[in-house]
Amino acid sequence: MAILGLPEEEYFACGHRACAGCGAAIAIRLITKAAGRNSILIEPTGCIEVVSTPYPETAWRLPWIHGAFENPASIASGICAALKAMGKENEINVVAFGGDGSTYDIGFGHISGAFERGHNFTFICYDNEAYMNTGIQRSGATPYGAATTTSPAGKISIGKEIWKKNLVQILADHGSPYVATASIGYLTDAYRKIKRAIETKGPTFVNLLATCPTGWRSPTEKSIEIARLAVETGIYPLYEIIEGRHVINRPKDVSDLKPVEDYLKMQGRFRHLFRPEKNEKAINFIRERVKSNLELLIERAQKNL
Amino acid sequence: MTKQIMEASHAIAEAVRMAKPAVIAAYPITPQTHIVERLSEFIADGELDSEYIRVESEFGAISACLGASATGTRAYTATCSQGLALMNEVLFIVSGMRLPVCMTVVNRALSAPISIWNDHQDSISARDVGWIQMYAETSQECYDLTLMQFKISEDHRVLTPSMVCLDGFTLSHVYEPVDIPAQEQVDKFLPRYKPYHAFLDPGQPMTLGPIGFPSEYMEIRKSQIDAIEDSLGVIEEVYNEFSDSFPVGIKKARPERYFHVEEYQLEDAEIALVAMGSVCGTIKVVIDKLRKKGEKVGLLKLITYRPFPRQAIKDALKGVEKVAVLEKAVSPGGDGPVYCEFSSLFYDSEDRPELRDFIIGLGGRDVSLGRIKKIYEMTKEGKGEKREWVF
Repeated sequence: MAILGLPEEEYFACGHRACAGCGAAIAIRLITKAAGRNSILIEPTGCIEVVSTPYPETAWRLPWIHGAFENPASIASGICAALKAMGKENEINVVAFGGDGSTYDIGFGHISGAFERGHNFTFICYDNEAYMNTGIQRSGATPYGAATTTSPAGKISIGKEIWKKNLVQILADHGSPYVATASIGYLTDAYRKIKRAIETKGPTFVNLLATCPTGWRSPTEKSIEIARLAVETGIYPLYEIIEGRHVINRPKDVSDLKPVEDYLKMQGRFRHLFRPEKNEKAINFIRERVKSNLELLIERAQKNL
Repeated sequence: MTKQIMEASHAIAEAVRMAKPAVIAAYPITPQTHIVERLSEFIADGELDSEYIRVESEFGAISACLGASATGTRAYTATCSQGLALMNEVLFIVSGMRLPVCMTVVNRALSAPISIWNDHQDSISARDVGWIQMYAETSQECYDLTLMQFKISEDHRVLTPSMVCLDGFTLSHVYEPVDIPAQEQVDKFLPRYKPYHAFLDPGQPMTLGPIGFPSEYMEIRKSQIDAIEDSLGVIEEVYNEFSDSFPVGIKKARPERYFHVEEYQLEDAEIALVAMGSVCGTIKVVIDKLRKKGEKVGLLKLITYRPFPRQAIKDALKGVEKVAVLEKAVSPGGDGPVYCEFSSLFYDSEDRPELRDFIIGLGGRDVSLGRIKKIYEMTKEGKGEKREWVF
């Protein structure tokens, strides 16, 4: 039975070794459903690569390749060129996806190169906001105030003290015809965006927020709820940049926002912002920056920018 | 066949053009640039129908070749020195995935201090990445070995990537006569590439590049190492087929018949010099002069370096009393890399020759006729240290 109107076919088989409540595994199911049978998948080293391919077993029912941590976009470039040489570039979708470690940090230069060259492929970041595979170290996507094993909260530290890199805007500024943010909390919205990204010719990007209960120190059954709260509090707004123009999906207005505390409180990685007493300064900073970021997005959308 | 005066870099570009790779991905680096520039010109003029990816780095170049090869197409790249070092991680992955990517390495010294000039430290440091390595002495050999490397790497008994190495500037930028066969002859020798191995195809989904747990890793590595060891026989087959298909057109431009090693005046030699690459041309001149004076000296030129042609070397050096290894690379804190292999090779032999190691030509230092003569004299007279730096 089709659920939420999503295709019934599963290309990411059960039996993979992902943790209970893994948001990335949900993200991969969605990505493969949107990509469909005529696709080649590229993945860097990371959680999903490890849990899905314990040789000689595999969870992949689509052609799938893993090279190194930093090069999925370069491998995708080579695949696009090979398909073009074979005259198959319009028949086969080339879909690369990686965690935020690969996407935001170590593989960033190669994504930039591939986007500048304009290959016809889609890159999706399953963004769980830290290096989860190696044990929850901070990345360029780790949010302000989050504690990780390399940005621990301490007597004089609130965890990571730098705001998350705005990769979505950076890739839009490469001239990509379609970039979007999505969350596993909104499955049909995410599915629609991934599908649109794949169907749009040229290099396209979707940043897909994917809860990691192990790294976010959150209850496994709350993965979807947390991924929705990220959006409802405005911390992770859902929007698209289509041919350079912003479209806001949700929240539509700063007056609609739920308190950021609702999101932060549910996760152990922000626990230190509430204990022993509430860190008003840090939480105010987050609240204000979330608000001004959203206002900027809304302004751009209203001005048709 | 047409004879042309050609820069070695252009001879390589010509071989690549005639090999018709589906995908070329390369990043410019001195002194490799003349190869990729010429390939770009071929494409701009419609003389080469390859997809050329102008990547953002050598790391991107080798990764794009990985992707193209894994999709079942012929893929080519060229680099040197810092570029090869930047590729290093992916070199292991390409060979481990058994992808027959072909590469030219225009040998150049490594920084620091930064140097654009020739030695062999780059490819010798990449000795253990699981690629086949062949070294060229002349422009003709550059052309020939480039054509052959595709056939060797893509052979389904081999499925191992390869590097053809040539000396930066001292060969890459030198003009020499080159015999270029007709395209039909090349097509007959090197047919269109058909992927035999696992490759990415939605009609037949496969998982490439999985994680290997301790229970599997060693067996997979062993099968890869066996393949490169066994490739020695296939390389010999290809050398033979090439020698039969393309007879020598220009005298002294290449060996009469290709083999893992070239023997020059070794027949009755008491002393042998061992070397790789363009310096062999200079050594041959010195040997000719010494021979005229009645000195029994010869040269063993290594063409195949990986896999290491143990038996061919032993056969060639049978009866030689003293061997001087001339090498353009070092292993800091250890013995010379090529010297080590020779001493290891002869350790078990009862009639092992006396071995000497001479470090030459680092960072583009000229290796003159006089220096080679000096090396010969030191070896003959047993003068100097076991390992000598020839400045």
